[in-house]
Amino acid sequence: MSGFKSNNTVVNWVEDRLPVFSMLRHSAIEYPTPKNLNYWWNFGSLAAVTLVIMIVTGLFLAMSYTPHSALAFDSVERIMRDVNYGWLLRYLHSNGASMFFILVYIHIFRGLYYGSYKAPRELLWFIGIAIYLAMMATGFLGYVLPWGQMSFWGATVITNLFSAFPLIGDSIVTLLWGGFSVDNPTLNRFFALHFLLPFVIVGLVALHVWALHSVKSNNPLGIDMNGPQDAIPFHPYYTIKDLFGIGVFLMVYMAFVFWAPNFFGEADNYIPANPMLTPPHIVPEWYYLPFYAILRAFTVDLWFIPAKLLGVVAMFGAILILFALPWLDSSKVRSATFRPLYRQFFWLFVLNAFVLGYCGAKPTTDLLVTVSQVATAYYFAHFLIVLPWLSRKEKTLALPASISAPVVKAIAIGAMLLIGATGFSGTAQANTATHELLKPEGGFSWTGVFGRYDRASLKRGWQVYHEVCANCHGLKLVAFRNLAAVGLTPEEIKAIAAEKEVQDGPNDEGAMFQRPARPSDRMLSPYANDKVAASIHGGAVPPDLSLITKARVNGPNYVYSLLLGYPDVLPEDAAIPEGKMYNTYFPGYAIGMPQQVFEDAVSYADGTKATKEQIAKDVVTFLNWAAEPELEARKSLGVKVMVFLALLTALLFALKRQIWKDVH
Amino acid sequence: MADTAKNAQPSAADGQTRRDFLLQAASTVGVVGTGIALWPFVHSMNPAADTLALSTTDVDLSAIKPGQAITVVWRGSPVFVRSRTAEEIASAQAVNLSELRDPQADAIRVKNPQWLIVVGICTHLGCVPLGQKPTDPRGEWGGWFCPCHGSQYDTSGRIRKGPAPKNLAVPAYQFTSDTTVRIG
Ligand code: FES
Repeated sequence: MSGFKSNNTVVNWVEDRLPVFSMLRHSAIEYPTPKNLNYWWNFGSLAAVTLVIMIVTGLFLAMSYTPHSALAFDSVERIMRDVNYGWLLRYLHSNGASMFFILVYIHIFRGLYYGSYKAPRELLWFIGIAIYLAMMATGFLGYVLPWGQMSFWGATVITNLFSAFPLIGDSIVTLLWGGFSVDNPTLNRFFALHFLLPFVIVGLVALHVWALHSVKSNNPLGIDMNGPQDAIPFHPYYTIKDLFGIGVFLMVYMAFVFWAPNFFGEADNYIPANPMLTPPHIVPEWYYLPFYAILRAFTVDLWFIPAKLLGVVAMFGAILILFALPWLDSSKVRSATFRPLYRQFFWLFVLNAFVLGYCGAKPTTDLLVTVSQVATAYYFAHFLIVLPWLSRKEKTLALPASISAPVVKAIAIGAMLLIGATGFSGTAQANTATHELLKPEGGFSWTGVFGRYDRASLKRGWQVYHEVCANCHGLKLVAFRNLAAVGLTPEEIKAIAAEKEVQDGPNDEGAMFQRPARPSDRMLSPYANDKVAASIHGGAVPPDLSLITKARVNGPNYVYSLLLGYPDVLPEDAAIPEGKMYNTYFPGYAIGMPQQVFEDAVSYADGTKATKEQIAKDVVTFLNWAAEPELEARKSLGVKVMVFLALLTALLFALKRQIWKDVH
Repeated sequence: MADTAKNAQPSAADGQTRRDFLLQAASTVGVVGTGIALWPFVHSMNPAADTLALSTTDVDLSAIKPGQAITVVWRGSPVFVRSRTAEEIASAQAVNLSELRDPQADAIRVKNPQWLIVVGICTHLGCVPLGQKPTDPRGEWGGWFCPCHGSQYDTSGRIRKGPAPKNLAVPAYQFTSDTTVRIG
């Protein structure tokens, strides 16, 4: 290190005072790395890149976000609709969180498979668990910020976990809330902490890397590097390999951002938080699901310990037990490649984790509770029985003499991703709707990679909304000026806005007054407030429609089906209370809204025949535009980004092959 | 390894150029892409669509008597609406333009000589000048006086003395009737 000399005098001047250049050279360029690392070793650097993306997107989102219980939801929607590229920032951030956890889970399982937690890497492993814990906290806090139904009820359930602790539990919960329920003070502090924790993670990552560089990387064989012949410098070999990995990863990440941005989210979170009404089926974010299943697996008290406490202790224990892993597994052989039995149990453990995740995602049934209990028992047995037993009994294979000797390739691992992908779909579907949803003939125009809104349908849909729906439903996140995207001219927009009166003021006398709406005003509900609406509609408030297609599972098809779901002949067992209608697709069948979509309910300005199906399809097109006005910009930007990333990744791959071609 | 050594020379050189080319191509594409990716972040800090849309304010002029002024809010900033007296109009029109730091005739700063409408933000460093109330100091030219660093404006809102470089800005506006004006 001290021998560092550069031709550049400025570099030398800095180096003499603060040895950053020698440090950089030592730890990022010359750092001796085992030459046999496979692609599973890419995930650490990928996670680091994602952490940076999360911090940067989060910082810019914070500039437009308002952490107030009355304003948070709308401020997020303003980011989605009005802030320049706000939708991009938000989808990068929300999908980035899921990507971050996927990467870190793979990184952890890689450590488990190759025994990366064993001596001398115990501290490295501990710091890693600390990072994971901090990520869990950050992810939870961040999920609360949009202040939707899942945010609110997730916050309520998770903070209530602490009430399980005897004596002090309730005081802890009150302290977390800053009140007597999850409310504005809770949101404020969660925002502050959500901003802070990522920087704590950065600090932990620095320690993690430092620890790594002192003990050096493990490798697929799990044996130590014997000398220079086993090592290659980090740069350029692993810098290029990591960059190539980043290219591939970004393509996967961007596919979600641009084409399935709500894949990891829950429809219920597009409904503003309502402290008086819990959604029928609440789930935490997917990355907590296995632990959520463990929590719910405890249903009976054990002697004097209440089930609630057992569940909470088991849930925290499931993570904390990882700290004991280096001692529970005392086998001297690190890599599962040479531990035939451990390898089987490793995959069993992975499978078990997925089973737990699946149980955590579904509504509780007797069967699933039993499955969760067995899987929870196995989870702990893996650590407390299987690993100690294997450490003693397993006949390991002969270790090769050095890394350079040929070895068996790692077994195919795709199964893990496969189970995940199939197990994940539709996590939070409340299984109330038993009827298969209707689909419009020819499908909706905006689906697919290049999908765009059919302009004619959009304009007809606006007409339907304007003449029919708007009599009861508001569209409060959409301003009249936004109708330009539907194809209305500025004059038409002015005229339409002026039909509505909005409150303004106070004027110079201090009085509020009504004035005609302007294009910048929003399409509010026709009712002054929810109480008025409820009193007119027999207790049911017609929901605002701005996000309706996003706020329901499979929203466009659901709304389409609902509009057409009034059968001419009611089923015999239909028991519908006074003042309610029967609807085949509405959860519980009893809906407040009477049928609105009839043959020729509107007469289309463009002469299209107004069949029921046509009307429903058109208005759903319009409502989906209202919910996702960014969709066209999103998809067209997505195509450009993908073409760019494909080019970059191909170049990086070719370069990697060039750089690596002489390494054997 | 040993038996390929004699062929190594030309192929290594080939590999070198190929590698250099790939390195340059990948770096260029990567750097350009990263640069472009910064734009959405920067642009997100520009005014949002709803902010830009809130750009008009209607003002009722009927209650403002000659010599009086009111301050209205337009795009979050104060706008001075002043009903000028005949003397104020005369003095604003009589000025020799060559005396002015930012020469502008009064006629191009008003649509109707009675009504002076200017953005009430000092062009020096953004304070709100005094002069709206009859009791305020209005400076030597009877317009506005900025308390921050002493800029003085005349009855046409033009800079006459002090550090400010420009006249008070005139916003876009239209008379929607004899007694109402829409700013923006
Ligand atoms: S800001 Fe008005 S004089 Fe400086």
